[in-house]
Amino acid sequence: MNSLLRLAGTRLFYGIITLVVVSIVIFFAVELLPGDVAQQILGRDATPETLAALRERLGLNDPAILRYLSWLRGIVQGDLGASLVTGQPIGDLVIGRLGNTLFLAAFAAIVAIPLALFLGVMAALYRDTWFDRTINTVTLAAISLPEFFIAYILVLFFSIGFSFQMSGPLAVIAAFVLLALLRGILQARKTGETSGIQLVIAAVFLLILLNGYFRFLPLTTEPMRVLPSLSRMSEDTDFGERIFNSILPMLTLVLVTTAYTMRMTRANIVNILAAPYIEMATLKGVPPARIIFWHALPNAWAPIINVVALTLAYLITGVVVVEAVFVYPGLGQLLVDSVAKRDITMVQACCLIFAAAYVLLNMMADVFAIATNPRLLHPK
Amino acid sequence: MAEPILLEMRGVKIEGQTGPDWLPIIKGVDLTLRKGEVLGLIGESGAGKSTLGLAAMGYKRGGCRISGGSIKFDGQELVGATRNDLRALRGRRIAYVAQSAAASFNPAHNLIDQFSEGPMIHGLADRSTSQAEAVALYDAVQLPEPRTIGFRYPHQVSGGQLQRAMTAMAMACKPDLIVFDEPTTALDVTTQIEVLAAIRKAVSELGTAAIYITHDLAVVAQMADRIMVLRYGNLVEEADTRRMLSAPQEAYTKSLWSVRTFEATPKPASDPAPLLQVENVTAAYGDLTVLHDISTKVQTGRTVAVVGESGSGKSTLARAITGLLPPKQGRIVMDGKALAPDFRRRGKDDLRAIQMIYQIPDTALNPRQTVAQILARPARFFTGLSGKALQDRVDDLLALIDLEPGVFRSRLPGELSGGQKQRIGIARALAAEPRLIICDEVTSALDQLVAEGILRLLDRLQQELDLSYLFITHDLATVRAVADSVVVMQYGKVVEDGPKAQVFSPPHDPYTELLLSSVPDMDPDWLTRTLEARG
Amino acid sequence: MSDPIDTMVDQAPLPIDTETKLRRFWRLLKAAPLSVWFSLVVLACYAVLVVFAGVIAPFPETEIVAGSFLPASAEHPMGTDALGRDFLSRMIYAAQNTVLIAIVTTLISFTIGGFLGLLAATLGGWLDQGLGRAVDVLMAIPPLIFALLLLSIFGTSTLNLILIIALVDATRVFRMARAVAMGVVVMEYVEAALLRGEGLLWTVTREVLPNTIAPLMAEFGLRFCFVFLTISALSFLGLGIQPPAADWGTMVRENAALISFGEMTPLYPAAAIGLLTICVNFIVDWLLKISSGLKE
Repeated sequence: MNSLLRLAGTRLFYGIITLVVVSIVIFFAVELLPGDVAQQILGRDATPETLAALRERLGLNDPAILRYLSWLRGIVQGDLGASLVTGQPIGDLVIGRLGNTLFLAAFAAIVAIPLALFLGVMAALYRDTWFDRTINTVTLAAISLPEFFIAYILVLFFSIGFSFQMSGPLAVIAAFVLLALLRGILQARKTGETSGIQLVIAAVFLLILLNGYFRFLPLTTEPMRVLPSLSRMSEDTDFGERIFNSILPMLTLVLVTTAYTMRMTRANIVNILAAPYIEMATLKGVPPARIIFWHALPNAWAPIINVVALTLAYLITGVVVVEAVFVYPGLGQLLVDSVAKRDITMVQACCLIFAAAYVLLNMMADVFAIATNPRLLHPK
Repeated sequence: MAEPILLEMRGVKIEGQTGPDWLPIIKGVDLTLRKGEVLGLIGESGAGKSTLGLAAMGYKRGGCRISGGSIKFDGQELVGATRNDLRALRGRRIAYVAQSAAASFNPAHNLIDQFSEGPMIHGLADRSTSQAEAVALYDAVQLPEPRTIGFRYPHQVSGGQLQRAMTAMAMACKPDLIVFDEPTTALDVTTQIEVLAAIRKAVSELGTAAIYITHDLAVVAQMADRIMVLRYGNLVEEADTRRMLSAPQEAYTKSLWSVRTFEATPKPASDPAPLLQVENVTAAYGDLTVLHDISTKVQTGRTVAVVGESGSGKSTLARAITGLLPPKQGRIVMDGKALAPDFRRRGKDDLRAIQMIYQIPDTALNPRQTVAQILARPARFFTGLSGKALQDRVDDLLALIDLEPGVFRSRLPGELSGGQKQRIGIARALAAEPRLIICDEVTSALDQLVAEGILRLLDRLQQELDLSYLFITHDLATVRAVADSVVVMQYGKVVEDGPKAQVFSPPHDPYTELLLSSVPDMDPDWLTRTLEARG
Repeated sequence: MSDPIDTMVDQAPLPIDTETKLRRFWRLLKAAPLSVWFSLVVLACYAVLVVFAGVIAPFPETEIVAGSFLPASAEHPMGTDALGRDFLSRMIYAAQNTVLIAIVTTLISFTIGGFLGLLAATLGGWLDQGLGRAVDVLMAIPPLIFALLLLSIFGTSTLNLILIIALVDATRVFRMARAVAMGVVVMEYVEAALLRGEGLLWTVTREVLPNTIAPLMAEFGLRFCFVFLTISALSFLGLGIQPPAADWGTMVRENAALISFGEMTPLYPAAAIGLLTICVNFIVDWLLKISSGLKE
């Protein structure tokens, strides 16, 4: 038990050191600025006098290391400094925004993580079947698409709406499926494993393909104007309305992260299922469900926790773009606006919060992984 | 034999998938096993013996398929049987003991829970009953502290003990048949004999039938009533153990039997000057001291065999001599001159004088370089040859290791057999024109026939080029075959050091005695005799 | 029992594939799934657009040729944008801009990250430790966030964009290259080269590098996708490739308002981005699958 605590403690200590170093990187990156912050603010019409006055006001004449220390002290005490552009305290602006962002990330995580873990385990169990291959192709496509593409497609479907003749696009898809099926059937004929189901599916898709030309089936989607495309919310928006307003950004995040998380889960489970002790269990006559839950799962905790942490970390970065699409009043939106306005103190504060969340998540994942490792739980 | 037939295979064919193609692994083998009989399956790598053993359980590994034949267990056909039918048999009536117990025990559960799993899922016993049986079986396989050892986790138990615990686990449901898949291959000889004894005792007490798979003839001679020899997925020969050992019929079997008769050319009686002297070397990885005050020497034109079990520090000694692991104390003297401890500080001539040949030929050769490139680089680097002279040198080197230059010059390592790769490794060492070659377990990754070819080659090269060898090995048969003098190591210390005749004849140091007496003989009575002698 | 049995078994050369690499690749390609064929065709189309953008595009990149937000017509198959520039022409020029910038960025990040990764793996010691820790810290900041921080400091220009994304991405390449090279460095042929007294440069370029090329190539595809998507995301946020240069991410942003009228136009550039990354991913996925299959 001692070595376990010691390892976990070391990891925690390491995480805190990383946080401090990250804060140093974020603070001193600004020192790379050509000129300095005062020049940045005043721009071309700076006179030596105004520059000097501003430098005095911002404390830029102190050595960088002193400014860093006072910045750090402020943060520890909950004071993030003031915005360069508006002069308002950053803390007040950030706190509500952070709440909104965490709300959105949590909402997405609650839906995405169980779904992704379930699909990942299923794909691993039925690996190299049509189910696995379909899921693999779909998720590979999903992680390749830019978030804003998925977001706008959802907007188009759920909040703006457009009448859409499905026959044409469906026929294109059907053509591809038919080609793939044809190859499958030809290969299966060689090995003599043709199945009736394949032929039935082929017939169905042939029908859809022909419908693209003859239009004997009226395949049209009706516009659905059900969900808001903009996520308006203020402090007095009640919980139900918050949920309703953030369904589309949540769905976007869910689609992206589910694909990503599911693929990682599948890879991890497949890895464990290849272990000799799983083969041994099969040769002991252990039923499949017990193999998964008693033999594989206890060894899968560390990788699964890692996958969850990575997903949450991914959500944190992912919100930036999604917030921009839906004008969702979160921290990501604030960061993007501040970068555009070059409000550097604000950018620093936002970056530090994002980075801190990232570091903390990874640290927690590592600590959990240490805590579930049988070798550490039962030392020699 | 009056016993009824338990397992009957007829014309079994198994194929494995490589890329888009299915290649045969088992090409139609018949096998009959009666109740209570122990059948030995032997063969070299690629013979398909593990695949056949698993097929006896109706099991095939991923990427394999049973493409023909019939496998009947107690009258029940296993080819094409449903999953549920197979599951009811596995563990209950046919059990399996894997090669690597460390990998085949689930790290997340203790031994006794994994033992009880079988009886509980097959509905034979409840937890407390099967735990009581576990203790009895742990006792039967001679595990220490049978009452409590089951509550340990796999990583808390040594390799030999795990292998015995796995044998006990296989017996949990009192099966009719146990498949042992190389159960002692990964173990040291002194551990192997204990596991062999435990397995044999348990099998005979339970009266279960067994298929014992191994590549080691001497081991199978101790365990099996009958032996089947496999090669390239075909049955070569089948006979009762004693007849198979005394009168093998097929040429292949005979050649397998004769491998152990090789002896290196005797050296003249003179006592040449020492080429390499290891003086009081102590070496450590970090705080872990692996070599304690080692001293020995290698004479010009002679072979010194360093023998020991895993953890004895014999490979570390090689690293200390080559300078990969600079010793903490002591020095390495070559030709009367002390070498720099770190190889980076040694001159070209010092580096050139000592060359190495490695255990695993696959990782010893760069897969992206042709044979000619592999050999030309050291030849050019050390001897400064270039152009036509360099090409000729490469051809000479290939001729020296009995490989046709015209055929092999432009090949990549992936296009060579294991033995050929090892030969190229030897030629690369020769290209430097060294004085001393360190051979680190050079035959242990090879099949016996191929290994013998390598030993013969090394012997011939020694005669022709007046080379000295430092031969690191765990295999006493190899030591007997090649060594002029022997260094026995244990726990990083030299236990015994002297001419082969002296080390191998009594009186022995107790550890040498244990080591020597643990190496199985081809005699089927060896295990019984040795165990009796040890009491 | 036709095999010759003697202890000189080693002399017989193994039969080898006389099939050339090209033919073998063609055979594998013929057996490749439909998605791979589809991806190859699409990538070829993209390549044509990138190389011949100036020839194919009906109108110049930045010239105002008609009224703003015109619907699709024979002359302007995709209509015009807010300033009255031909949308289709800008789509084609954007292929050139966006893809080339992403390729250059990936090349830079591979040169830096790959070289340092190989060096760290081969040398080990303090260099490996130091670089490893530095990369740990940089990777502790989410990549998009880090890019935003640097952009806010240095300002948004195409050159800054390339350098910043290359730096952020190089940390990932370093990790990968180091891991791959570590697998090679422990091989005994590398030890043999070092024991021979070979120089560092020779060892890295002749013994280590050739054995890391295959996995690095696959990784190049994946890193390209990541870089391409990051640049597109930044452009979409208005912080990437700057107008008036045509760029898919920027075009989505500029025309996003049309979505609320049920117009699909802004989705075309987004789809162009998605299609390219999907195809690259399909091909990489297939390459990884066949190379792991060949090893067995």
